[in-house]
Amino acid sequence: MTMAGGNRTQPVLELSAVRKTYGGFVAVESVDLTLGSEEFLTFLGPSGSGKTTMLMMVAGLQQPDAGSIRLGGQPVERLPPYRRDIGMVFQHYALFPHMSVRRNVAFPLEMRRIPRAEIGRQVADALQLVGLAEFGDRLPRQLSGGQQQRVALARAMVYRPALLLMDEPLGALDKKLREQMQREIKRVQRERRISVLYVTHDQEEALTMSDRIAVFNRGRIEQIGTPEELYERPATRFVADFLGETNFVPARVLRCEGRRCQVDIAGSSFEASSPRPVAEGAAVVVAVRPERLRLSPASKPGGLTGVLTEIVYLGNARRAVVRLPDGRDCFSLHHAKEAEAIASAPGETVDLSWEAGHATVFPDTP
Amino acid sequence: MRGDGLGGWRALRGTVCGLVTIYLLAPLIIVVIISFSAASFLQFPPPGLSLRWYTNLFNDPAWTDAIKVSIEILIPSAALATVLGTAAAHALVRGRIPGASIIGAALMLPIVVPAIITAAALFGIYRGLGLNGTLTGLIIGHVVLTTPYVVATVSSALRTLDPRLEAAAAILGAPPLTAFRRITAPLLMPAILSGLLFAAVASFDELIVSLFVSSARVRPVAVQMWSNVRGDVDPTIAAIASLCFAFALAALILESLLRRRTGAGPT
Repeated sequence: MTMAGGNRTQPVLELSAVRKTYGGFVAVESVDLTLGSEEFLTFLGPSGSGKTTMLMMVAGLQQPDAGSIRLGGQPVERLPPYRRDIGMVFQHYALFPHMSVRRNVAFPLEMRRIPRAEIGRQVADALQLVGLAEFGDRLPRQLSGGQQQRVALARAMVYRPALLLMDEPLGALDKKLREQMQREIKRVQRERRISVLYVTHDQEEALTMSDRIAVFNRGRIEQIGTPEELYERPATRFVADFLGETNFVPARVLRCEGRRCQVDIAGSSFEASSPRPVAEGAAVVVAVRPERLRLSPASKPGGLTGVLTEIVYLGNARRAVVRLPDGRDCFSLHHAKEAEAIASAPGETVDLSWEAGHATVFPDTP
Repeated sequence: MRGDGLGGWRALRGTVCGLVTIYLLAPLIIVVIISFSAASFLQFPPPGLSLRWYTNLFNDPAWTDAIKVSIEILIPSAALATVLGTAAAHALVRGRIPGASIIGAALMLPIVVPAIITAAALFGIYRGLGLNGTLTGLIIGHVVLTTPYVVATVSSALRTLDPRLEAAAAILGAPPLTAFRRITAPLLMPAILSGLLFAAVASFDELIVSLFVSSARVRPVAVQMWSNVRGDVDPTIAAIASLCFAFALAALILESLLRRRTGAGPT
């Protein structure tokens, strides 16, 4: 990055070595991160992994014990929330119940002492953007959950903050509405060209919405990258396990050169890639996504075989359950179109195979 | 069989409730009826009805002065108690104050400790300050006694108020005082007003501190009633008692209306 770029290259948010403890409990151990302009970055992780605490520190609602938080290049650790000029959407909306929709959205503009006529125009604009132009006079309690969330969104970006924080904003909505709101949030983000820091524990939401995802585990960022990088090339077993579904098959390393490894599974040799160098003879697990697993009727001896125990109907896909000789179950996923091609019936023995690039090796420690 | 058993219990419950109601209300009703008596002494049932004791009440300077003094104490002390109590409740519930629970308990002491102890303590302190027998002294005493009511009602309302509303206000650009004025205070208003009403009623009814601290010239209604019943009693005392009762009843009704209005609100 060159310094001559000015605002275009100036990161919106920089976190370095941020740490937060509560008594003896380490909520955030050490987080480093840079958020670019107009970027949609998601904090994904199980509950208690530190993602919400990190968001609260960016908002100024929690103070870090150590490390630095910079917004637009300026350190803000000592700045109270009302002087940080960021927007935030809460899980339960946090709309002011005694104010109409219009006055809720006008609130941040009034705080910025914007002339009344200008406020009216910008509020109307924001309500138009979230499709609630007709609802300005209603009270929050007269709206549905999805509508309340749109009001919260309008209120959080009406003053064009450089950064918008969203803390599990769709957690309280049902599946259909959630998907609709996901598209809506992305559209608003693109139209208003804002940077978004989004917190969720829903990996599907993270995959569909984000430019980049930071996977949190035990107060640290386990891996950060594009959804595709994280899904196809997880750096750790935790990421492979948390993001999507994965089969873990125990194996032993035969040879390893750079990323390319030769592993032994139940007496047969397979190719796989390893994000980190592993020692020859080490006990490892090989991770393969269900949709990358191929089944074929057992023909020749050797290879990895198992007994097809079940084919589960999923509507648009079929899920096959294969019991390996060591008693462990493997799952494979087949699109409806190719599912008819599964030649085997439950009870028969099948061969399992995959392409080398779709198998990843991790050390055998969870 | 089963229906009979339940019916029996219902009848018993009805009887008990009825008796308790009579036990609680009968003295009040008798006092109110006597206040309209035509007789010159306390007598029940009254031989006839009249408004002479109310007329007497409002023509006797001893009583009108007492009512005036009571109001002069009630308004500033209830207002002060409301402001101080609300501020204390906010600090105790929202602030990160070490020992907040101990401070909270200390604030509630004046309604836990026997009033006579507070009264004696105030009397002792006032002697040095020359506040005995002054309106200021009475007001301060009543603020001490009525602030706990405000602290209790406002802090319980504040505990049910979502702290994320204040967090949202802060992020949207509201400094703490603005956030309190625009968001927290309006949402707490029913609780604040009901604390104010409790404080006003408690101040109007207060006898013991007033007895210690008042003088012949600055004498609130409760003290005037006390000295009146110890001398020659006529139904004027019933008339002022009925007015006290009406004042408390009005406050209670107003309070329950306020409560209903918040009850309808969302969370």
